[in-house]
Amino acid sequence: MTEVSLQQVVKRYGQLEVVHAIDLEIRHSEFVVLVGPSGCGKSTTLRMIAGLEEISDGKIVIGDRVVNKLPPRDRNISMVFQNYALYPHMTVRDNLGFGLKIAKHSDSEINKRVEEAAEILGLGMLMDRLPAELSGGQRQRVAMGRAIVRNPDVFLFDEPLSNLDAKLRVQMRTEIKKLHKRVNNTIIYVTHDQVEAMTLADRIVIMRDGHIEQVGTPLEVFDHPVNTFVASFIGSPPMNQLDGKVIAGEGGENQIALADNITIPVPNRAKAHVQVGQYVIVGIRPDDLTPKNHGMKDSGETVSFDLTVSISEPLGTETILFSQIGTKEVQGKMLNPRPIEGDERLNFNLSLDRVHVFDASTGQNVLGPHHG
Amino acid sequence: MSVLTNIKRKMFSEQATPYVLLLPAVIMILIVVLFPLIFSLYTSFTGYKLTRPDTLFKIVGFRNYVRIFSDWDFWVAFFRTVGFLAVVINLEFLLGLGIALLINKVTWGQRTMRTIMMFPMMFSPILVGFQFKFIFNDNVGILNNALQALGITDAAIPWLVDGWLAMGAIAFAEIWMSTSIFAILLLAGLFAMPKDPLEAAQVDGCNAWQTFRHITLPFLMPFAYIAMTIRSLDVARAYDVVDTMTGGGPAGRTELLWTLIARTGYDSANMGMANAMAYVSIILSIAFTYYFFSKLVAARRYMGGAQ
Repeated sequence: MTEVSLQQVVKRYGQLEVVHAIDLEIRHSEFVVLVGPSGCGKSTTLRMIAGLEEISDGKIVIGDRVVNKLPPRDRNISMVFQNYALYPHMTVRDNLGFGLKIAKHSDSEINKRVEEAAEILGLGMLMDRLPAELSGGQRQRVAMGRAIVRNPDVFLFDEPLSNLDAKLRVQMRTEIKKLHKRVNNTIIYVTHDQVEAMTLADRIVIMRDGHIEQVGTPLEVFDHPVNTFVASFIGSPPMNQLDGKVIAGEGGENQIALADNITIPVPNRAKAHVQVGQYVIVGIRPDDLTPKNHGMKDSGETVSFDLTVSISEPLGTETILFSQIGTKEVQGKMLNPRPIEGDERLNFNLSLDRVHVFDASTGQNVLGPHHG
Repeated sequence: MSVLTNIKRKMFSEQATPYVLLLPAVIMILIVVLFPLIFSLYTSFTGYKLTRPDTLFKIVGFRNYVRIFSDWDFWVAFFRTVGFLAVVINLEFLLGLGIALLINKVTWGQRTMRTIMMFPMMFSPILVGFQFKFIFNDNVGILNNALQALGITDAAIPWLVDGWLAMGAIAFAEIWMSTSIFAILLLAGLFAMPKDPLEAAQVDGCNAWQTFRHITLPFLMPFAYIAMTIRSLDVARAYDVVDTMTGGGPAGRTELLWTLIARTGYDSANMGMANAMAYVSIILSIAFTYYFFSKLVAARRYMGGAQ
C-alpha cells in the first residue's frame, strides 16, 4: 500500500516562493494528474516528490516514511522525463536493466524483468540498439520500460508525451493507461495538456501560481469547476465566460442580464446563492449552446435567444460556431452539421441547469468549493 | 598560337577550374611536406652523414634499420618514451578531470578560470624546461632550498641527477604545462552534458559516485580521447623540455626517442640513421593516434542520443 501525502509543502528559491503550502493526499494505486499552465509549480511539486528538488517547508510522506531528507535513490520511485533522459552510451537492454544492476540484482533476475518489460512495451526488436538509433516514440517507450522494470512504489511522469507528435501522443496515452491497469502502482503524472489530464486521471489536480485550485475526478472538475480559472482551463473548446448582473425579474424570479439585452433566468441550483445587484460571470460550455434542432441534449430547462454566427469550424461530427455577445466571443456547437453561410442569424438553445455562475469579483463559483 | 589558345581554353573550362584553383596549395604541400618526406625516407636507406655530403648517395639498404633493431640504447629510449607517455597522459587525464569537475561546481568566474588555466600552454616549452631546471636544481633550486628551509630534508636531493627523479621532474614539467588541455576539453564536455540522465540515474538508485562512474564518465570519455590523441602525439615527440632540463642525461637515463634521434642526427651527424629511427618512432605515434581515434569514433556512435 503506497499512499503519497503532501502536507503544507512549500518550495522557495531564495526569496521567491513558487509552491505555496499545498496539501494533497494520493491514494494507493491511484492515477493522479497535476495539470496547469507552465510556471504553475506542477513540475516542481513532482520533482520534490522525486527528491530532485529540496522541500523548503512542510512534509512529504510516501508509504509510511517521511521522505523530506531521503535522496531519490531511497524513495523507491521511478520517473519518466520529458526528454526521456536515456543513458546515451548504453543499449536499450542496459538502459532497462541499469537500475536493477545498481541495486545488485542477479543477472538472471535482471534478464527476466528486462525481458518482461520489453514484452509489455514491445521493445523486443530494439534491445541491442543505442538511444541515438531510436525514434522519439521508441525512446519514450524505453524510458517507460526503465521505470517499470524496477517495480517502484510510485511512478512519476514529467510531461512524458510533450515531445511526441500528435498522433503518437494519443497512442502513447492509451499505452500509459493500459500500463496503469496492468501494474496498478500509484502514478503521479504532470502535464499542461488538459486532454491528457482528463483522459488519464483518476483524479485531477489543477494548479495555478503555486496553489492547488481544485482536486477532483475528471467529471467533477468538468461539471463543477470551483472558479473561472478551472472553468476556462478544463474542457475544449474552453467555457464561454460572460459578464452579467443579477436583476429582479417578474414574479420574484431573479434573472441574469447579459450584454446585448439577453436575459436568462438564474439557474435553479444557483438561486439561493446570488442576490439582486450582484455582478456575476456566467459560464457556458459550447456543448450547451446549440442551435435549435441541431443536437440539443434533452436535458431539463432551456432558454433560447438569437445569435449571429460569424465563423464556423466543421470538425466532422460537430461544428464549432463563433458568435458574439456584447464584446465577448462566444462559441457554440452544432451536432448535426450543415453548411453555414457567413453571418447567419440562428436561434440558440441554452441548457440552463448546465450553466455555471461565478462571482465577478472573486471568480469563485457561487455554489462554493463543496457541492455535488 | 593555336596550341596556346587550346591550353588557355582548357585551363579556363569549367571542369578544370577547381583543379586550377587547388594547384597552388598542392604545389606548396608537395614542396613542404611530400618532398622532405620522400627525401628523409630515402636517406634512411643511405649512410648519409651531415659532415660528408657524398654519403648521400651511398645506399646501404636496410642496414640502418637492422642496426636500430639490434641497438639496446634505442629500445631503452623507445620503451622509456612509451612508459613516460603512459604515465604523463594518465596523470594529466586524472588531474584535468579533477580540475574540470571542480570548475564545473564553481558558480561564478568560470570563464576567468578557464583563461587562467591556459597560461601554462602559452609559454614556450623551452622556457618551461629552463624554469623547471632552476626549480629542480640541486644546489640553487627553489625546491631544495624550500625543503631544507622547512627542515624536511638536510641533504640536497639530486632531482635532475638521479635517473628516476629526473624522469619524474621532467614528467612534472610536462604535466604542469599541458594538464589544462584535458581540463579545458573535459570542462567543455561537462558543459555539454545533459542534466536529465544524471537525474534519471539518481532516481534509478545511484549514489554520487555511481552516477559519476556510470553516467558522467562515459559521457566525458570522447572528450578525453580527443585530448589523449593530441597529447599522445605531443608527448611521443617530447624533446624541448627534456633537452633543456637534462639533455637526456645523466648518462642517457632520461633519454627519450627524440633526444636520441637529435643526438644521432646532429651531434653524431648520422642523419641516415637518425631518419631511420624517426620512421620507427613515427609508427609509435601512429599506433597511439589510431588507438585513441578508434575509441573516439566508437564513442561518437552514441553521442547525441541523450535527447
